[in-house]
Amino acid sequence: MRAALRHPAAWWALLFTGLLPFFCLVGLTLQDQLGANPTEYLTRATGDWTLRSLCVVLAVTPLRVLSGWPEWLRFRRMLGLITYFYAVLHLACYAWFDMGLDLADILADIPKRTFILVGFAAWLLLTAMALTSFNRAIRWLGAARWRALHRSVYAVAVLAVLHFWWMRAGKNNFAEVLVYAAVLALLLAWRIWRRWRQTRQQG
Amino acid sequence: MIIQTDNSGFRHPIASEITPESVYQTRRDLIRNLAAGSAGLALTAWGAREAHAQTPRAGQLAALASVPSAVPGALTMDKLTAYKDATSYNNFYEFGTDKSDPAKRAHTLVTQPWTVAIEGLVKKPGRYGLEDLMKLSAMEERIYRLRCVEGWSMVIPWIGYSLANLIRKVEPQPGAQFVEFITQSDPKTMPGVRGGALDWPYVEALRMDEAMHPLTLLAFGMYGEVMPKQNGAPLRLVVPWKYGFKSGKSLVKIRFTDKQPVSSWEKAAPQEYGFYSNVNPLVDHPRWSQATERRIGEDGLLAKKRKTLMFNGYEAQVGQLYAGMDLKKFF
Repeated sequence: MRAALRHPAAWWALLFTGLLPFFCLVGLTLQDQLGANPTEYLTRATGDWTLRSLCVVLAVTPLRVLSGWPEWLRFRRMLGLITYFYAVLHLACYAWFDMGLDLADILADIPKRTFILVGFAAWLLLTAMALTSFNRAIRWLGAARWRALHRSVYAVAVLAVLHFWWMRAGKNNFAEVLVYAAVLALLLAWRIWRRWRQTRQQG
Repeated sequence: MIIQTDNSGFRHPIASEITPESVYQTRRDLIRNLAAGSAGLALTAWGAREAHAQTPRAGQLAALASVPSAVPGALTMDKLTAYKDATSYNNFYEFGTDKSDPAKRAHTLVTQPWTVAIEGLVKKPGRYGLEDLMKLSAMEERIYRLRCVEGWSMVIPWIGYSLANLIRKVEPQPGAQFVEFITQSDPKTMPGVRGGALDWPYVEALRMDEAMHPLTLLAFGMYGEVMPKQNGAPLRLVVPWKYGFKSGKSLVKIRFTDKQPVSSWEKAAPQEYGFYSNVNPLVDHPRWSQATERRIGEDGLLAKKRKTLMFNGYEAQVGQLYAGMDLKKFF
């Protein structure tokens, strides 16, 4: 297993797996198989995959620590960028397919649907992380500042769940929201617990 | 070729001379049924072929004959929504809140036997069997725009008759000012009823003059056939100038009252859903705009949404019902 993680093909295999939902969506779109409301289908699917990749990328550190294998780290940047990729598609579906790239319409829409603002804030944070995802950015920013910036992924997790929860609140339909909230809460709680244990050991 | 003849293939007979698809389909059905040995039944249908309306049958369920409606505004010229879209993209929370849930789950709905209880301020209350209700008045085909409060729309060829026919039959008492519609709520066959999305049963209501309006339809079918379960079998209401949720599905009770009833959505979110819920591009939902809509199956991914029409385009027919009312207040 550990050797497999180290294999160069593993990185490509994971990248391909991560993009598989995208290829499926393109295929469904070309075959006109998106159902009665294609815009809604694509917006939802890209939002779902943003949340799912967010769960996966936040699982990297727990996996690394719990297994004791630093190899997991090889995939973290790529998984983060996949998350951003789906977030960009999700925003594009809204702005382009739903709003027809009409800025006036979008600006009129956002105050009515504040959950969009929350989603947009999460997207901005992801953008900042994506723009500083290459090695030289770490040097430019300095490791400490870079790490602080990239810790905003925890805020993204909270904002993403809030965005989803708020969107579904109109229908009192929280079953799916709770699944993502539980997974992300577990991943964040593990970090808090680890931090707490470390400080106690040091002190 | 300047001089066109019939043989060139570009000149067509006048429209009234083309055999409608529904007519030659019945002939084909007849031949098929003769081969299958069920000619007796088929001949009955053949005799009734004159009653066939314009919309070809979807070919999924039992046929339901009808004649095109003569009610003003009842036959919109908009392009029909595909049957597949109309039966796979539904809001019917009794089967789940996802729009694909009803098509997946509504098969459990038991529609036979079915009775509708008529209650309250009427001279002839009682339980009316589905068969009797279907015989109460001539079935008409009506092609209505359907505008969902969520911002999408369809065009559906319904089959049924004006609710007014039933109301006149049961003779409301002078005090009856509102009509309440109570829909089926069975936790055994409707998984959504076991969840807490809304208070069950689902209740909707109309003012008496709205209920008596000829466009208010008691529908038993669509696309030339009986009502699919996910669309509200065996009978439902269709009020084309109001948002779709006002048109209750799978009706089990109609109650006449002197007090304005509280509908399910009013109860769940009074600041978002009013009693009237008329389609109105000028009065936004608190959480989204109602100025535009997406026509299912027509407006592609890159198309701009179309403008929503006042009273969903039925202003000429129903506008006077609301004369002098502040529609922002009575939304």
